[in-house]
Amino acid sequence: MALRRLDLTFPPLQATKPITYHLVKDFGLTPNILRAQIQPGQQGRMLVEVTGAKAAIDKGIRFLEHEGVLVGAAASDIVLDEEQCVTCGLCTSVCRPEALTLTDDTRELRFDKDQCVYCEACVIACPRRAITLEF
Amino acid sequence: MGEGLFCCLEVRNMSKSWDEINERIAAGEAVVVTAEEFAVIAQEDGVSSAAAKVDVVTTGTFGPMCSSGAFLNFGHADPPLRMSEILLNDVPASGGWAAVDTYLGGTEWSRGRGMEYGGAHVIEDLLAGKAIRLQARSPGTDCYPRLEIDTWVTLEDLNQAYLFNPRNAYQNYAVAVNSSDRTLYTYMGSLLPHLGNATFCSAGALSPLLNDPEYRTIGVGTRCFVAGAPGYVAWQGTQHNPNQERDGNGVPVAPAGTLAVIADLKQASPEYFSAATFAGYGVSSFVGIGIPIPVLDEDLAAQLALTDADITATIFDYGVGHRSRPSLGRVSYAELYSGEIEVEGERVRTGPISSTETARRIADEVKRWVSEGRWTLVEPLEPLPGAGGPSFKPLEIKTEEAI
Ligand code: SF4
Ligand code: SF4
Repeated sequence: MALRRLDLTFPPLQATKPITYHLVKDFGLTPNILRAQIQPGQQGRMLVEVTGAKAAIDKGIRFLEHEGVLVGAAASDIVLDEEQCVTCGLCTSVCRPEALTLTDDTRELRFDKDQCVYCEACVIACPRRAITLEF
Repeated sequence: MGEGLFCCLEVRNMSKSWDEINERIAAGEAVVVTAEEFAVIAQEDGVSSAAAKVDVVTTGTFGPMCSSGAFLNFGHADPPLRMSEILLNDVPASGGWAAVDTYLGGTEWSRGRGMEYGGAHVIEDLLAGKAIRLQARSPGTDCYPRLEIDTWVTLEDLNQAYLFNPRNAYQNYAVAVNSSDRTLYTYMGSLLPHLGNATFCSAGALSPLLNDPEYRTIGVGTRCFVAGAPGYVAWQGTQHNPNQERDGNGVPVAPAGTLAVIADLKQASPEYFSAATFAGYGVSSFVGIGIPIPVLDEDLAAQLALTDADITATIFDYGVGHRSRPSLGRVSYAELYSGEIEVEGERVRTGPISSTETARRIADEVKRWVSEGRWTLVEPLEPLPGAGGPSFKPLEIKTEEAI
């Protein structure tokens, strides 16, 4: 079993629901949508974690591309604005994967993007609106 | 013989007067350290020797303090008006003062953007030097004939602008958890269901009132760093509660004393005043407060030497929607800052709301002000109510008939 995090860009007229349906039904993949930004008639973005056999994932990606979806490796779409951050540390209490932590000695905010699962909890919790997810 | 005994007691229980300490500050000889530095000295050399060596200990805190705001005076327009309905960048300010005076409360929401922009954001923008739109309406009277005004003002344009924060620098606070099955959006941040996290809000061993837990040196008239400006303790803060339960060191184990503080907004800095929006709750202000404490004697020194391991806070379940929430035990600030505590047998991830990094900078800044002789210390003109004084009362809901 393999896991890939994909950043999908949909053309304005592509419906997203059948696509995840096909990934499950035709390729035996388990898609886990981390974040979606889809509005009717507009280009959409979806951050999805796909689990399944490696060959099946590759086939699934080819299917998506055939359907007109742009498939990229998920980029680091989360941005911490240090100018706005007041190092209060509140975000660290909601970040389950511990991507956001305070350093032991100086108690400054440390952000390890590799651990982030784009759950958005910190974006909501931050009282300074210092963290944004950008598509 | 008698004299010898007296001498002996003196050595064992050193004490210094305010005047002695101020003379040393004036002469540039005072030894001034932060509360964290003092704890290290006391651990290495013992409390007695630390008390003898150090004259002043500085403290600091930087956390959300909802009860904050500013008095502003705009000056008169021509023809003049008596501003009775006032908007600053679309945020309502009080019109219940003299013609061109107002009080802008930090937690007020803007009409158009709701909690995303509020009174605290207006104050932050003023501090950043930005122009603020002032719209006001007046009933129109003989002495104030003008009916409305729509103009722009900067902090510099204002005659007086001073922070007057009715409740700052809470002496200790709660640790918040949530046992319910949905996320709660509170002034303590997002509280995840089923004890999913714990948040806390105090500078712990650096916090002003936790270093002088019995209000021996902090009272009305005490010099106080407020948002970067030199200010004063004006009064006891609202909801000041000296009768909170205390530990063996005399330190409260839950929210207790508070301070009302005043300072010139024109001398404040956006570095130490930051607007905040707590999702689903509203607007607040991070305010930096710092207070120098004279090391008067060994009893006070022992309290100044306490560390995060010695100071505790009580865990409250915010999942219970009543005024008195059940306590789920007590933890030390050292445990809270370790990132994880145990509540009801479960490991719970913790996160602060108060910035230690900024609190340390404030304690350092106050240290510099005192060391450079910019500040001498003032004995309180009047003490804050101490234990045994009036407690914080709840609001009972009464009908007119019952009165
Ligand atoms: S909650 Fe926001 S302001 Fe506080 S430390 Fe995290 S990013 Fe910084
Ligand atoms: S989005 Fe979620 S996982 Fe990523 S940093 Fe924020 S809280 Fe942590």
